[in-house]
Amino acid sequence: MTDRAPLVTIHVVVNGSSRELEVAPHALLLDVLRDSLDLKGAKRSCDTQVCGACTVLVDGLAVSACTYLAVEADGRSVLTVEGLADGESLDPLQRAFLDAGAVQCGFCTSGMLLTARAMLAENAKPTRADVLHYLRGSLCRCTGYRKIVDAILGAAETAR
Amino acid sequence: MSARPLRVVGQPVPRVDALEKVTGRARYVTDLTLPGMAHARVLRSPYAHARVNRVDVSRARALPGVFAVLAGADLTWCDPYYGPAYRDRPVLAIDVARYEGDPVAAVAAVDEATAERALELIDVDYEPLAAVMTLEEALAPGAPLVHVGQPPAGHFADLSTLRPRPGTNICHQFHFARGDASAALAGADVVVQDAYRFPSVQHVALEPHAVLAAWDEAGALTLWASTQNPYSVRMELAKMFDVPLARIRVVVPHLGGGFGSKTYAKLEPLAATLARAAGRPVRVAASIPEAFQTVRRCASRVEMRVGFRRDGTLVAVECDADYDVGAYADIGPRVVQKGTYTATGPYRVSHVRLEARAVYTNTTPGGAFRGFGVPQLAWALESLFDVAADRLKRDPVDLRRQNFLAHGEEFAPGDTPIDGKLEESLGRAAEAIGWTQTAAADRGRGVAAMLKASVAPSVSEAIVRLHADGSVTVLASAVEMGQGTRTVLAQIAAEVLSVALDRVTVVQPDTAVTPYDQTTSSSRSTAMTGRAVQVAAEDVREQLLAVAAQSLGLPTRDLALVDGAVVAPSRRLTYAEALTLRFGMSGGELIGRGVIAPGRTTAPLGGSTPFWEMAVGAAEVSVDEETGAVRVERYVSVADVGRAINPLTLEGQDEGGVVQGLGHTLLEEMLYADGHLLNGTLLVYRVPRADDAPPELECRFVENADGSGPFGAKGAGEGSLIPVSPAVANALARLTGVRLRELPLTPERVWRALRARSPRT
Repeated sequence: MTDRAPLVTIHVVVNGSSRELEVAPHALLLDVLRDSLDLKGAKRSCDTQVCGACTVLVDGLAVSACTYLAVEADGRSVLTVEGLADGESLDPLQRAFLDAGAVQCGFCTSGMLLTARAMLAENAKPTRADVLHYLRGSLCRCTGYRKIVDAILGAAETAR
Repeated sequence: MSARPLRVVGQPVPRVDALEKVTGRARYVTDLTLPGMAHARVLRSPYAHARVNRVDVSRARALPGVFAVLAGADLTWCDPYYGPAYRDRPVLAIDVARYEGDPVAAVAAVDEATAERALELIDVDYEPLAAVMTLEEALAPGAPLVHVGQPPAGHFADLSTLRPRPGTNICHQFHFARGDASAALAGADVVVQDAYRFPSVQHVALEPHAVLAAWDEAGALTLWASTQNPYSVRMELAKMFDVPLARIRVVVPHLGGGFGSKTYAKLEPLAATLARAAGRPVRVAASIPEAFQTVRRCASRVEMRVGFRRDGTLVAVECDADYDVGAYADIGPRVVQKGTYTATGPYRVSHVRLEARAVYTNTTPGGAFRGFGVPQLAWALESLFDVAADRLKRDPVDLRRQNFLAHGEEFAPGDTPIDGKLEESLGRAAEAIGWTQTAAADRGRGVAAMLKASVAPSVSEAIVRLHADGSVTVLASAVEMGQGTRTVLAQIAAEVLSVALDRVTVVQPDTAVTPYDQTTSSSRSTAMTGRAVQVAAEDVREQLLAVAAQSLGLPTRDLALVDGAVVAPSRRLTYAEALTLRFGMSGGELIGRGVIAPGRTTAPLGGSTPFWEMAVGAAEVSVDEETGAVRVERYVSVADVGRAINPLTLEGQDEGGVVQGLGHTLLEEMLYADGHLLNGTLLVYRVPRADDAPPELECRFVENADGSGPFGAKGAGEGSLIPVSPAVANALARLTGVRLRELPLTPERVWRALRARSPRT
């Protein structure tokens, strides 16, 4: 039975802190983050890599934690929404989302922020079309997306 | 006191909960844990309709780590039935499973994996029965019955008029008439008529339904639930378990979207039942596929006949609407009744005959979804208005303008007079879309209007507390689900009490703490809960002025509240100082109370709507003639909101409403075949993405401070969604000459219609 499989030790840097974790080989990164590390910012929704609510960054790349094995993160660095701000000082993306009204129910917000962070690392000067393309894996059901796109473009502008 | 300019109300301030949301600190139900908490999984019927002969849970109960396994037959120690319209729904199937996904058994175990394994050990003897999957099948003579026998009425007084028709699948019929519609249609110069279909669609709140339930040692029940109606849920549970209301506590943390999907009891009865059986806290967390098996919008077939005089005057409307409410009534009968009541939209018409039926089928229960029955009817009426404009050789904007109800005009005897200016919304929408300018050759433009009543009668109560340091607590039970109500309520209290917004805290709903509020739906929170908060804050203000007047020896008319202080011409007393004077120490607080309860009236549905929601949409579309793909290039929504308490959150709501409306207009439809839902996951059920939203999207507001809510506000948030389908279809018709009557406007449907089109001259 799968839950009897021996645990695997992994070393992961989570939001800048080195962690040694014992995880089941089939454990999903999302469950480890939420249940073992009490990092609840990444949300479970579609379970199928469609909605983006569980998005975190692994070595800077946006991944769906709902379908990413925790053991795959061994030796890597994971960034969650809890690690975005520098102390009380918000990341420009967080500030832009807050000011632009890009947050409504908030369930998609952490995934949107991390997806945008990954995009800006790749492309510091995105066009609106670039942002729309990058958000194809990030669903929001509250906003009409316009404020989210505006916030991302605004944050990119601020960062330059 | 002289009227001061508004300071906080009307400002586009960021939401009060934005910081906790952008930092990941906001807590939703599934983020909560309790010591000893068990996890639940639900065994659901694989059949659309089946007799459940036997459920053997013995092997599942024996699995280590399992705390409780329940089937319908085990629920002898409570009333297992619930439902707001009819109590027709058992917590777990009793004898019959009525749709694919109907809960048959449930497990609480140490973790979800163990619970899932236990489900596999449950042995169910099903005997498949003939199912009715569509309106046509359910209404056919001799159709198999989804329910046999008459279910008991639900718990709302305003729903007590609902009656099923025994021996059929019709669970409610609605009839409304004035004048003589058939004679008026016979005498009309132009009559347009057709049947319009609206699909089943799911809300897809990104947070699926979730509940954490715990009984304490004294027999009291607490639930942390993703619900839009904590007080309705409390009443259902009190009935089921025969426990006083005071011993049931429903706490609502942040909600990850609602849109109607979280109105009335959903998973709460199951969670409470399992927690009682397991003797420990139990969390039930649905997946997205389970949300598709929990609630959806009622699909419909609406046939309308609309008659005009040659001069464009609307003279008569006949409507026969059938709504598919699925396997259990939920609030479906009320959707049908209330939606159909306003089937004639925002127009003046003397002769009306409206008939509607709520029809059971063996599909996911249909319930509340943003628009509450109105989008289905507006799809028909607003399409037919353009068909009529064509026949009458009239401009569709002018034809609507000619027939709009005027400000102050009666909609129906006893109901609230029209409280907005439709012509202003239409004029601004037409101007913004450039209606009078020629569109590019490959673009078409269309408009549509809407009118919707809010729930009536309804009750909202609020408590406002002014503390010793001058900070303020607002206690109210409007649920924050993304629409911004916490921010709006904070702004209202801050305005009345003249304090900074960050001095106000709005407590999350908790039936043990925050006072009664009927429901967070029907666009009612700003107008009703907001008004209760305003009255409660005014109560505090009067107490504060009385305290200050006494200490300063001045009449209250010489005093004003300014920036956290009571100010007289020559004196200034901070709130902290005033409270110290009142209580003789730095302690104590002033408590204000607001109750908004307009009660029953002679209006046709038993209550007069507190406001009319009114909006106009204008779309500019293009179509790929090779593929049939429709693209909405520009969209303008204008809503008559009375006053925008917070233009930023309001704009977010209406932009979201438009894009959600584009979902059922272009993309979304729950598809069934052979009794099975084919597309109940987000892999195959497409909701709008960022690149599906109109490249140009503008939401504007008419603000004449003519609403009954605080500072002249009315409700908003549903209005922007409702005109989207007809506005887009009208634009498509004006561009291509094809008129589609079935949503969504998929590329295939559009392509077929384009192919079938007679050559244009």
